[in-house]
Amino acid sequence: MTRFLLSRGLLLVLGLAVASVLIFLALRFLPGDVAQVIAGTDATPARIAAIRESLGLDRPLPVQYFEWVGGLLRGDLGNSVVTGTPVASEIAEKAQVTLPLALLSMLIGLAIAGPLGVAAALRRGRPAGFVLSGSAQALAAVPVIWAGMLLVIVFSLWLGWLPAQGFPRAGWSDPGAALRSLLLPAITIGIIEGAALLRFVRSATLGVMGQDFIRTAAAAGRTRTGALLTHGLPSVALSIVSVLGIQVAGLLVGTVLVENLFTLPGIGRMLVADVGNRDLTKVQSEVLVLTAIVLIIGTLVDVIHRLVDPRAREVTA
Amino acid sequence: MSGFSRLLRHPAGLFGLIVVAVLLVAAGVSLVWTPHDPVFTDSTRRWLAPTWEYPFGTDNSGRDIFSLILAGSRVTVLVAVGSALGAGIVGLLLAAFGALTRRWVRESVAVLIDVLIAFPTLLIAMLLAAAWGGSLLVVIVAVSISFGVNIARVTRPEIRTVLAADYVLAARASGIGSWGILRHHVLPNIAPIVIVQLSWGMALAVLAEAGLSYLGYGAPADTPSWGRLLSELQTYIGIQPLSVFWPGAVITVTVLGLNLLGDGLRDVTDPTLSEPATSAGGNA
Repeated sequence: MTRFLLSRGLLLVLGLAVASVLIFLALRFLPGDVAQVIAGTDATPARIAAIRESLGLDRPLPVQYFEWVGGLLRGDLGNSVVTGTPVASEIAEKAQVTLPLALLSMLIGLAIAGPLGVAAALRRGRPAGFVLSGSAQALAAVPVIWAGMLLVIVFSLWLGWLPAQGFPRAGWSDPGAALRSLLLPAITIGIIEGAALLRFVRSATLGVMGQDFIRTAAAAGRTRTGALLTHGLPSVALSIVSVLGIQVAGLLVGTVLVENLFTLPGIGRMLVADVGNRDLTKVQSEVLVLTAIVLIIGTLVDVIHRLVDPRAREVTA
Repeated sequence: MSGFSRLLRHPAGLFGLIVVAVLLVAAGVSLVWTPHDPVFTDSTRRWLAPTWEYPFGTDNSGRDIFSLILAGSRVTVLVAVGSALGAGIVGLLLAAFGALTRRWVRESVAVLIDVLIAFPTLLIAMLLAAAWGGSLLVVIVAVSISFGVNIARVTRPEIRTVLAADYVLAARASGIGSWGILRHHVLPNIAPIVIVQLSWGMALAVLAEAGLSYLGYGAPADTPSWGRLLSELQTYIGIQPLSVFWPGAVITVTVLGLNLLGDGLRDVTDPTLSEPATSAGGNA
């Protein structure tokens, strides 16, 4: 087990290092001068020189890279080239919107995919099962922005139940209003991610239903459904956990699009604005933070899977 | 041709084929003819309800939404085909490097694939857009990288299996070089998997284009695109809510068609794999 944790941790560090190099290089191989790009076409030479100075562009690439990474390790994500504010504090502030949104979306997605995925497997080959997996297939093809617009039309414009956009200025000091403004965005992501997840749950359940212990339980007098619900669900839950790591990436993309759709002041909306402003130092750190989240959660999911699943433990022993 | 006729008898595959055919015809027709000029604005025709003349109605500046969608299919086809080509090249190169080279190169490529898998397509596209500015090329390159890695991950073990087979050993013994083995034994064996993956990859490309054009980093301002149309119509969602229905519906049907085409191709080329659903879904 210790060996597994060590190797998994090492792989995570290696992954983060490779990711940081790739992100750094992607923003350095620009057509032309980085400082010129950031400053814009109508900038004065003095402003361009100031930007070059502040970015340390006059120094060799490896020096620049290690200064950036050194700062990251101390929790310093650099300063915005446009506004000068520290990136770390801005991310921390916007995370108050993005993290609850992502978490809520995931819960909604799981609440949809779990029961309906198992139901789709149990009703396989019958009309109900066909309708369930067919709608999941169709929903997974829906662009998240369109789903959001349709929900806004129904629940904000027609029914007037939930706000169509924005986040309360008071933030979480008014938890009711904050939650209300996150509900429709979270349902948007949750439905689409849930549809994608439903198909995994369905095939995981089908896989478990084909296993010997379900047949044994059925032979001992349980119904197949009863056997699955009492003995099979832990195995299904395990496969869902292992898929969640992949789902995180989709969840992040969903928040970027949905935050723009609902004008929520989160990390995704900030990233889109920073790309527009060519604020390269901010974009660089933001993309790394988002990638790090995906990599870290992927590793955690692996470790949890290994800790919980007795079969996987035996393999290492 | 037997594979193709089996695909025609596969309901999902047939649906996918029809969607792709309609999309190609729409894009082709729009090159020479649209019912109205898609970019012509006329303030006297604002927000017309759907009629025979304007099947999907008109938008805030009097443009015919049906013509805009017809013309927008060109961008969709361009991005889908461009991404499929790019992803195929990236994927096969990475897979070949990860399967054919010395051990330390192979292992490094495997780590690289694992890391790149963690980058969502949209994030790669945003990174490229920050450096190069938004464009359709950025969308194509981003999907090529992210889906190419996916193809590499799926085909790499397959290539290694083929290389370890006895008939490859026999081919080697009879003096056929690495290139010949690659062309005559490896490519034919992995082609079905790659084609299925490419179909799913095109679905992802359509979603990615819609998302990025919606954010303003995809199609340029004067080019009709489904994602751009969605963002333009969203501004007036309070005035004419149902107009956003059309572009979203065509994106959904296109993505569904490409996903189902991939499912159909998978079932037709390898019936043993018919159960697990792995086509592109959720967010790009």
